[in-house]
Amino acid sequence: MAATKASKEQKYDRQLRLWGDHGQEVLENAHVCLINATASGTEILKNLVLPGIGAFTIIDGHTVLGEDVGNNFFLSQNSIGRNRAQAATELLQELNSDVSGNFVEESADQLLDNDPEFFHRFSIVIGVQLSESTRLRLGSVLWAVGVPFLVCWTYGLMGYMRLVVKEHTVIESHPDNALEDLRLDRPFSELTDHIQSYQLESMEKKDHSHTPWIVIIAKFLETWLTEHDGQPPKNYKEKEAFRQMIREGILKKENGVREDEENFEEAVKNVNTALNPTKVPSSVEDLFNSEQCTNITSQSAAFWVMLRAVKEFVLHEGKGCLPARGTIPDMISDSQRFINLQNVYRDKALQDAAAVAKHVESLLQTTGKVLGKNAAFLRVVHCRSLAEEYAVESVNKDEITSCMDSPDSEMVLYLMLRSVDRFYQQHSRYPGVYNYQVEEDISKLKLCVTSLLQEYNLNVSIKDDYIHEFCRYGAAEPHTVAAFLGGAAAQEVIKMVSHQFVPFNNTFIYNAMSQTSATYQL
Amino acid sequence: MADSDEPMVVEGGAGDGEWEGRWNHIQKFLERPGPFTHPDFEASSEALSGFHNIHVVDMDTIDLSNLNRQFLFRLKDVGQPKAEVAADFINTRIPGCCVVPHFKKIQDFDETFYRQFHIIVCGLDSVIARRWMNGMLLSLLVYEDGVVDPSSIIPLIDGGTEGFKGNARVILPGITACIDCTLELYPPQINFPMCTIASMPRLPEHCVEYVRMLLWPKDKPFGDTVGLDGDDPEHIKWVYQRSLERAAEFSITGVTYRLTQGVVKRIIPAVASTNAVIAAACATEVFKIASSAYAPLNNYMVFNDVDGLYTYTFEAERKDNCSACSQVPLDMRFSSSSTLQEVLDYLTESSYLQMKSPAITASVEGKNKTLYLQTVASIEQRTRPNLSKTLKELGLADGQELAVADVTTPQTMLFRLSFTS
Repeated sequence: MAATKASKEQKYDRQLRLWGDHGQEVLENAHVCLINATASGTEILKNLVLPGIGAFTIIDGHTVLGEDVGNNFFLSQNSIGRNRAQAATELLQELNSDVSGNFVEESADQLLDNDPEFFHRFSIVIGVQLSESTRLRLGSVLWAVGVPFLVCWTYGLMGYMRLVVKEHTVIESHPDNALEDLRLDRPFSELTDHIQSYQLESMEKKDHSHTPWIVIIAKFLETWLTEHDGQPPKNYKEKEAFRQMIREGILKKENGVREDEENFEEAVKNVNTALNPTKVPSSVEDLFNSEQCTNITSQSAAFWVMLRAVKEFVLHEGKGCLPARGTIPDMISDSQRFINLQNVYRDKALQDAAAVAKHVESLLQTTGKVLGKNAAFLRVVHCRSLAEEYAVESVNKDEITSCMDSPDSEMVLYLMLRSVDRFYQQHSRYPGVYNYQVEEDISKLKLCVTSLLQEYNLNVSIKDDYIHEFCRYGAAEPHTVAAFLGGAAAQEVIKMVSHQFVPFNNTFIYNAMSQTSATYQL
Repeated sequence: MADSDEPMVVEGGAGDGEWEGRWNHIQKFLERPGPFTHPDFEASSEALSGFHNIHVVDMDTIDLSNLNRQFLFRLKDVGQPKAEVAADFINTRIPGCCVVPHFKKIQDFDETFYRQFHIIVCGLDSVIARRWMNGMLLSLLVYEDGVVDPSSIIPLIDGGTEGFKGNARVILPGITACIDCTLELYPPQINFPMCTIASMPRLPEHCVEYVRMLLWPKDKPFGDTVGLDGDDPEHIKWVYQRSLERAAEFSITGVTYRLTQGVVKRIIPAVASTNAVIAAACATEVFKIASSAYAPLNNYMVFNDVDGLYTYTFEAERKDNCSACSQVPLDMRFSSSSTLQEVLDYLTESSYLQMKSPAITASVEGKNKTLYLQTVASIEQRTRPNLSKTLKELGLADGQELAVADVTTPQTMLFRLSFTS
């Protein structure tokens, strides 16, 4: 039963308000791959199926065991004995008929042996509870073809995520609390003309009290500049004097008492941020100077072409400024004055976007509109390959050592996970799976820890308590920890697919025992 | 709400929805001693492995827009009570689990109901409801010589989300910070000033509020007694069209159907992922508390995945003069020539009380006198003149106790009036 467009809008209403119809469209065209339908895996997929991901494919060669059903909401008692990919696909599929679910009854290693190109078709591959060797094999295949790889692992009370992607571009990062783009220090001609049209001294009270604070600051700034040799207020003393100037501008009653002019109060409050110099953020400058931006070829991705167009704009029409963002914050004003002021900024933004589009045209054929207003917030994320993270020559020793100055930081959990990898390599099993193994595995695991630290030449010490704890875990995958990771990972997948909001870079560790987390760039 | 009366024997055997290996993942935490476990923890093989008896209270029915994240519901369930459908789904999917649904408001139950539970978990959609539940659990506390009897404490685990942000907290009533101790973490909703809406709109939202607050009551488009129903598409359509007209008058752009509905219903964006994270964090706390396997979260975690993933965990502190959990009647200082209206304003506007429609009574000349009550129209009319009278005129004395009832608390709050002049 296919949903009509209207009912899909209703169903997805609450999320459309976050990533828009265009974000939803990209999501619905994506095809994600999950390797291993363990509890962590199905919880991740649940949070992708519900919002309407286009399609998913589960790759899993395992047969469902009793213990799988015990911690996995998407397996039932009669799944026991069946292939796990198939069983999980059924119960995930029924969450949302808009989504197309598929499964492959093979292990990832088998596919890597027989048909590694199978993985090329996916928007992103999510690998859950993988052994180190499978992880590295997959990492290498996906890195070569630019398919993002998200590694997830629930190990006892620890959740681990590692994002592996050579280059990920974000146009709409949606920053929380960004500074406004008001151009008061370098007003464009239309803004200057608009400000000129105001004569504060001769305004009636009603109009005076409903003049937008942007105009007020601009007006007083003009006066200040003429009195201070063209130099805007720079330090606290000068800004305070500037604020006082504005306060003096408040109308006075006949008896000399100041009127209640909230718009002037707003102006005073906003002096600090309004005087922020307009400039290209250094993060964007770095992008302008990057190799991908400097050398645009026929192979260049659209993001770099558009970024180059913005750079050209900055050098020419923009005279050192990014395209105008075009929005102003709400403020006390009468309707007409606010709308007129807003339109001045809006029209400028449209003009600038058109200029960017022209540059794009001469480089390629695409629109520059979305890019224009997001120009200051463009981000590019590079997450190192697993090979680099694991190689002795390039391991991030500094980060690991400095974090371990606090011996209970989440970094110790990372090191334990790497040690557990080693244990698995040596013994073909994880430590402490059976009760009788717990005690004896502690010393074995400790040897793995020591050899790991030695190999990487890490001068850190790990408390015995953690080694004991990781044997105690017995590689268990408790459902609530898997579910936490399920939510966290799914949202990162959505970010990757939609290119909206900024993904983490590149290792995320969740400690369910203390309900804390940390992100490291390893 | 989890009630685990019968510890479950883990050794498998057939029968009753048990199968081999079912509890393998969780067993390791309950049967094995470890270096980080809670001092009260005793590893044992007679594990308490599943929460059998869970009661769910929810007054809502399922809406199509819930389906993007509420995974226990399907298209066919739209219109049905959430509690009942959720209980059904879980009882079917998880053998041996017994979820008991209650299609009711939390306020429909009293102490006898709540007393039976070991743990209460909340995913409420308003601060008022949270404060009510908080107050209910505080009212169950038994004090002996000023010390709380631990067996009367029912832990409250509370989770909330908005878009990509969320938080989870553990409240041990009488011990840790309660909801009211941290009321500043829930700033009151900001409403637009009336003059902006009535005569100086600037934003599309102002136009919608104009139609909702001023035009609808005037035009009564669907009948004299028909109030605006945000869930009725015909109502929203009407509001949308009038909002467009209003916006056109002032050259304001940006009014869309989606924006209109968002303003009328005060919609908060929501996705599956954030809710999954917070629900999981809460469930982990339930497990820790029920099993004593680890010390619970102490006591507030904040989560945000707009940019990367960010969590912040801290210990919210108890307030000495908390309006809910401190044992002392609260001081209220007014001049004897202050009016009752000023007292009312204090109760509703102070950031740490934030009452909604308080009813004030006092004992005057040995008799209980209702000074002001809003929630019953006839009483409101009768007591309205008291608002403009001074406290002296109302016969109130220095040191007098005032009893205040409000939706934000299940129990009446006591204030002690002290005259400043």
